[in-house]
Amino acid sequence: MPNQAINEPDSSLKLKSLYEGFRDAGTIRALADRISSAAINLSEPLYIMEVCGGHTHTIMKYGLLGLIPDNVKFIHGPGCPVCVMPKERIDQAIALAKMDDVILLTLGDMIRVPGSKGSLAQARASGADVRPLYDPLDALAIARDNPDKTVVFFAIGFETSTPMTAVLLQQAEHAALPNLLFHINHVLVPPAIDAVMAEPATKVNAFIGPAHVSVISGAKIYRRAAEVHHTPVVVSGFEPVDVMESILRLVELKNHAESVVEVQYSRAVTEEGNLTAQALVDEYFEVRDSFRWRGLGPIPQSALKLKDKYAHRDAEIHFGGRLPVAEIDDHKACQCGDILRGLANPMDCKVFGRGCTPQTPLGSCMVSSEGACNAYYRYHGVQHVD
Amino acid sequence: MCLSVPSEVVALHDDEQAITVDTLGVRRKVSRHLLSDEIQIGDYVLIHIGFAMNKIDKEDALESLKLYREIAEKLEAESHAQSSYQ
Repeated sequence: MPNQAINEPDSSLKLKSLYEGFRDAGTIRALADRISSAAINLSEPLYIMEVCGGHTHTIMKYGLLGLIPDNVKFIHGPGCPVCVMPKERIDQAIALAKMDDVILLTLGDMIRVPGSKGSLAQARASGADVRPLYDPLDALAIARDNPDKTVVFFAIGFETSTPMTAVLLQQAEHAALPNLLFHINHVLVPPAIDAVMAEPATKVNAFIGPAHVSVISGAKIYRRAAEVHHTPVVVSGFEPVDVMESILRLVELKNHAESVVEVQYSRAVTEEGNLTAQALVDEYFEVRDSFRWRGLGPIPQSALKLKDKYAHRDAEIHFGGRLPVAEIDDHKACQCGDILRGLANPMDCKVFGRGCTPQTPLGSCMVSSEGACNAYYRYHGVQHVD
Repeated sequence: MCLSVPSEVVALHDDEQAITVDTLGVRRKVSRHLLSDEIQIGDYVLIHIGFAMNKIDKEDALESLKLYREIAEKLEAESHAQSSYQ
């Protein structure tokens, strides 16, 4: 009973337990034992795609690959907003940043990711006004303090980050800040799953869904994957114990031939998600006809754009005709597309660890700290490569 | 950029639609625009790029931790039993 648990002397929840409890080595070992026992009954190997780069990171950082049996394998998916950004969109950001009187704002690793001719960081080094943000709402003060400049927020991220952009836009409207514009690159998880499953050679037959996406969108967004592709989906947290428990559930679901959606991260994810956030996204955004993903190519209805009602905030419209549109692929030797589709492993790629490193990334999987190749480079036997 | 971080609510700033959270000793003010639940000091929330995304269900987290402890204890008991046979 939950109430009894709270009343037990050593069981009151402290912030520390939310970290340490879900990283406990003994629990990880115990779950590994259970996974091994259950996996004996698998009728075919389980190929689990962890959609999100955050899970790839956990799996590599905590050495979880070494704890699971040979017939349970991981395929690293396309769920890293920085990794999936095609070069032409980065070229557009750089073009914006280089314009007179433009301040370009963006999040995370985006500033380091190469377009076709360098990165936003290099553009900044050569004089462009590029500023990394840790909180999107900081854009409001920057726009207010620079009324003679056009401030462009280069918005990136999956369902998790889209509501934050919506709040920023809402606040810009309320504050009547006409000089804050948006270059929208928000992408969606379910169409990416469909694109992965549409590949005839894919081996993927189970998914670990990222918890933070479902905190916003709810577990319901994976129903289609379970029903149409006949794959079990477990929505998982990011601590190693979360991931191990999710692997165990997937093995058990496969043993019972159940293609359903389960929530491992029930401490923050519900079926319906955050309705306040969803309403904000619906107010400002609509689905694009198509969006080109780095490594995966064009995927129909896989990204969002601003609604016509907010065209006055849309940098793509405001600067239309002045932004480069040529589609640019990754280096030919790079196998990132195959890796994101689950057809190759980072270690299969000829340039991994040689021509392609986190300092000199050729492909999208190496550019971000959450990319599959980047995680392998840092945590997995790179000493054997050179 | 993607990892959402559990944090404890330590102050409310209703006029700014903000809260101050503590993440293992680091305190910062974050937006609460996306929270529809009532928030109190001592609640746990998930933080993502400067926003509280959602409340963490304490009872659910405690249940999970209790379950894990039981699993680990069972494993320990089994390995003791095995070593006594050898």
